[in-house]
Amino acid sequence: MAATEEVKLLGFWVSPFVLRVEWALKIKGVKYEYIEEDIFNKSTLLMELNPVLKKVPVLVHDGKVIAESFVILEYVDETWKQNPLLPQDPYQRALARFWAKFAEEKVLEGAWNALCSQGEEKQKALQQTIEAMEKIEEELGKKQHFFGGESIGYLDIILGWISHYIPVWEEAGSMQIIDPIKFPATTAWINRFLKHPLIKDTLPPREKMLVYFHQRSKELGSTSHGWIRV
Amino acid sequence: MAVVKLLGAWTSPYVYRVIWALKLKGIPYEYIEEDLSNKSPLLLQYNPIHKKIPVLVHDGKPICESTIILQYIDEIWPQNSLLPTDPYDRAVARFWIKFADDKSPSISKLYRTGGEEQEKAVKECLEMLETIEEHGLIGGKKFFGGDKINMVDMAFSSVAHWLEVIQEVAGVKVFEAQKFPRLNTWIQNFKQVPIIKENLPDRDKMLALLKHRRKMLLASK
Repeated sequence: MAATEEVKLLGFWVSPFVLRVEWALKIKGVKYEYIEEDIFNKSTLLMELNPVLKKVPVLVHDGKVIAESFVILEYVDETWKQNPLLPQDPYQRALARFWAKFAEEKVLEGAWNALCSQGEEKQKALQQTIEAMEKIEEELGKKQHFFGGESIGYLDIILGWISHYIPVWEEAGSMQIIDPIKFPATTAWINRFLKHPLIKDTLPPREKMLVYFHQRSKELGSTSHGWIRV
Repeated sequence: MAVVKLLGAWTSPYVYRVIWALKLKGIPYEYIEEDLSNKSPLLLQYNPIHKKIPVLVHDGKPICESTIILQYIDEIWPQNSLLPTDPYDRAVARFWIKFADDKSPSISKLYRTGGEEQEKAVKECLEMLETIEEHGLIGGKKFFGGDKINMVDMAFSSVAHWLEVIQEVAGVKVFEAQKFPRLNTWIQNFKQVPIIKENLPDRDKMLALLKHRRKMLLASK
């Protein structure tokens, strides 16, 4: 790898999608420049780099632009070969990608909708999220340390937001998603994940997050909006 | 000799993505048609989480979700590769594949809904087509894959063949050749590729089935 290699990451301080990319870069030991975006007041830089979706994260590697956290993660894994994130075996890779997609659609979207909805909509979203977490719990029950085995891998990075965001969303949304008694394997994984040296120093501050998500849930929950896609 | 089975439904654009990939790579497989109104124990066993098709079963191991299946196929059988080799080109391809996956459901929503919901689906479809026209097909390439089709072309299966039929069923006009010249050229070229041309669901049969489905769906609302 060239010593003058340039890696930039456009992000938003509280975005779980951006955080994933930061974790992946740190695990690979890749130095990067972080550029904070105000997603409520998007810069011309962001609009130029990601004209299709106008979202963060956006990775810029030696002038090459990559968007979408799932896509960025696979790019990072293929470009920097040390500390592989995805398993080597094609079937195991397929399983990792399957669970990543499942968790994104059912847990992340579910929890977000539960946070930003009221009444029946909220209950429905909450129910879906808990049912999805039960499937994740089952998978974690089969693992020793992390989804990736002894060390953190692709699926841990994709699902890692759960460890830090779910407790905040539970408080902001006055709801419970992960009851430690009903989710022992998940709870143990969360604690292990949060203690990891590369993870614990990258987490956005909890109190700031609580204020932010209280605000967002109020704004979005004030109107009936149907299912929000993430 | 490894056994490959594909559980599918004859009208699903997601199933066809997998059929095209297997045929392009010359992989023999057993096709099992599923009745989605009466799901078989086999389907429920192989895809307990989503209970959906397609499911690829290779050596007894099930793989679900068409895009994940395509990547698996490409990794196990590298001949006639479906993705570029360069990591950046692969990232661009994956971006468009994800875009196709995220936005394609609005095409089937066109015939599954009416009134305001259908209007919303029309708007979503138009946005998707405009994005592909403006950003996806630049550079004058014949296909997303260059001179040959690749996984991105296959990912846009719904746009290539299903959209036109669904528009007729739904009584809406979303795609017009003059409005989307690049997309139109791509569709014409794509459907001329032998593997694609020889493996598409019968248009008239599909039209009849989807018309019937639309009637049932709207009546139940």
